[in-house]
Amino acid sequence: MTEGKSGSKISEGQTNGRGGVDSGQNRLSVAKTYKIFIGGNFPRTESGRYLPLVLSDGTVVNICNSSRKDLRDAVVAARKAQDSWSSRSAYNRSQILYRIAELLEGRKSQFVEELVKLNVTASHAKKEVLKAIDTIVYYAGWCDKYIQVFSSVNPVSGSYFNFSIPEPTGIVGLLCDEDGGLVELVSDLLPIITGGNTAVVHVPIELATIAIDLAEVIQTSDVPGGVINMLPGVRAELLPHFGSHLDINSVIYAGRNAEEFLQLQSLGADHVLRIVDRRPAQRRELGPYQIMDTQEIKTTWHPVGK
Amino acid sequence: MAKSKKKMSPALDFNTQWRYKPAPENSDHIQIQKAYDLFINNEFIPPVNADYFPTINPATGKKIADIAQAENIDIDKAVVAASKALKAWQKIGAVERGKYLFRIARLIQERAREFAVIESLDGGKPIRESKNIDIPLAAAHFFYHAGWADKLQYAFPNQTPKPVGVAAQIIPWNFPLLMAAWKIAPALATGNTVVLKPAETTPLTALKLAELIRESGLPSGVVNIVTGDGSAGAALVDHPMVNKIAFTGSTEVGKIIQRKLAGSAKKYTLELGGKGANIILEDAAIDQAVEGIINGIYFNQGHVCCAGSRLFVQESVAELVVRKLKDRMETLVVGDPLDKNTDIGAINSASQLRTIKKYIKKGIKDGAELYQSKCAIPGGKGYWCRPSLFTNVSQAHTIVQEEIFGPVLTLQTFRTLEEVLNKANNTFYGLSAGVWTDKGAKIFTMTRGLRAGVVWANTYNKFDPASPFGGYKESGIGREGGLHGLAGYLKF
Repeated sequence: MTEGKSGSKISEGQTNGRGGVDSGQNRLSVAKTYKIFIGGNFPRTESGRYLPLVLSDGTVVNICNSSRKDLRDAVVAARKAQDSWSSRSAYNRSQILYRIAELLEGRKSQFVEELVKLNVTASHAKKEVLKAIDTIVYYAGWCDKYIQVFSSVNPVSGSYFNFSIPEPTGIVGLLCDEDGGLVELVSDLLPIITGGNTAVVHVPIELATIAIDLAEVIQTSDVPGGVINMLPGVRAELLPHFGSHLDINSVIYAGRNAEEFLQLQSLGADHVLRIVDRRPAQRRELGPYQIMDTQEIKTTWHPVGK
Repeated sequence: MAKSKKKMSPALDFNTQWRYKPAPENSDHIQIQKAYDLFINNEFIPPVNADYFPTINPATGKKIADIAQAENIDIDKAVVAASKALKAWQKIGAVERGKYLFRIARLIQERAREFAVIESLDGGKPIRESKNIDIPLAAAHFFYHAGWADKLQYAFPNQTPKPVGVAAQIIPWNFPLLMAAWKIAPALATGNTVVLKPAETTPLTALKLAELIRESGLPSGVVNIVTGDGSAGAALVDHPMVNKIAFTGSTEVGKIIQRKLAGSAKKYTLELGGKGANIILEDAAIDQAVEGIINGIYFNQGHVCCAGSRLFVQESVAELVVRKLKDRMETLVVGDPLDKNTDIGAINSASQLRTIKKYIKKGIKDGAELYQSKCAIPGGKGYWCRPSLFTNVSQAHTIVQEEIFGPVLTLQTFRTLEEVLNKANNTFYGLSAGVWTDKGAKIFTMTRGLRAGVVWANTYNKFDPASPFGGYKESGIGREGGLHGLAGYLKF
């Protein structure tokens, strides 16, 4: 922006009123604070806790360590957003999702850079970002199609019109894999909101920077506040609360810890929680079936008469 | 408008000399043995402990037959039989599998009368219902699913569906044969083998089905039917060779099963309790709506998971609806399940009658107003409950929140669609709902807004094998019936 474009008033060496702009070695870089993402805002965790994450360039980032209270706040925000998100037209949701891809495309170099700081090789990071963008575009296109593919008009015996359609199950908790990357995050998150659900995502500390960067893209891409919420923190600590919160309708487990998964299942049984097994061995090729993982089928009857 | 309606015609007088003559269904032609063993590998074998329990006719309190109580060893035999049968059953080919199901459907149709009578004897439901609904629908389930056997690749685009393996199926006492068909037919069509456990109080039609299955020539071990109490069901759920659990029953037991299955690779579908909202808007065809209310809650003595047990009536027509509803309740005949005039048969068991009475007491204690029809109740040792209606209830009342599973209806009023949607959805359940209105746009606002797996508009309590069934929230996980129901028995 500042490099000698016509119209730019500030160029190297020139003063800007309060001193010079130094692009050289003396310039102090501006570090970013990574907070959590709830209801379209970026508050700090109410607990005041943090966990340091050391990036490959030696920078230490203090990541918010989300608490149970943050999770509860996120669920409140998600519930608030649920009705308006699921009742939007599919076309509208589709455009909003596509908008995420547009903005991510514009910021892909930043994301590559951030991934490199998380010890991903430059070439792999580039591939990962491009794949993430294409995954978003893929699901953007599903918004107004999965209902057609998975609905049915049922030929019942009797004078009734009877049809079945998928409906969002509601609030979906997503527990990400600490060894996964941006692509896994996007592949698990997008089907949730494609299907009209809202999402409360636990982000492992290892992925916090890239996830919160993604949250910034999401916030500026017309996704209403509360539709996606991201909570960096310690999974083992938050998992019991994901499993027992009565207003979370479904939880996707993408980690790889058998004991954690067992704990989630046991807690979920108290309220017939829908638990989706997305552990690495269960990962399938991208498709609409991931959308259906967090859908309910509703069947409606009406008499046909005179 | 409501004011002008104040002077309604006087309540109808049903206390006349015009009584229905008894019209009992002939039960001479049915064949019931004195005792029934476990059906394993196409043979009836006695339980290892030689332990039997009686199955009771709830209309008389008398024993009909002795039923085997399966122990862990018996359950193990049945599961091993099902597991051994898998390979051959899958090898036989989808076309042939389908043909077996078609044949079973036909055999049920041929013996429908006998099944209907036994169903009413063992479970207490009116013969009119078992004859017109339970048994024909059971046959229809086999017929519908038969055709799917060789067409599964068309049901799931871009997927290669495979059978799950051994399906353990546990069913309730409210629709004994229908539930058995509802479970067995899709499991077999998708290439699985089955161990079915009927409910303790209603095992007879499932055991008659076992005879019929043997007669159909189905390879041995493909369907095994084991009887017993909850401990037999628990052993079945725990068995390591079981690959899939299909359970229909209470939410309480469903949760126990879900907890037991934590950490296992077993697939499961749960079809649990409900507290269905039946909503009457002011523009509804009131007489039809009243029929819908009656059918919604008093069908099968209210022993229906999707019963319309919470009635919501728009304020402007509430008075009229209550009057007509009470009139209609007075016409209901509580009596001998085998009598064709009977509308409400016997409550399924002594313990269920106790539960219902406990809830009625609780309702009164909480300040709700009880109306029960004044009809005669048969004497003797049967289990009976008059059709009951509670008015003056609120959302917080136990009788509004908990599933009673009996002929007990609660009535609340509302003013706006938004209000009633909030009230209707304010429950842990989400199995079914009904809405009555003449306005198309309102129907879709309501059916879309109701968080329930099955929504009946201007009708209630309709079932079909082609129509997926199952609940939201604590009413269950997964669907049964229709194309969507196949997924529960397949892996991809």
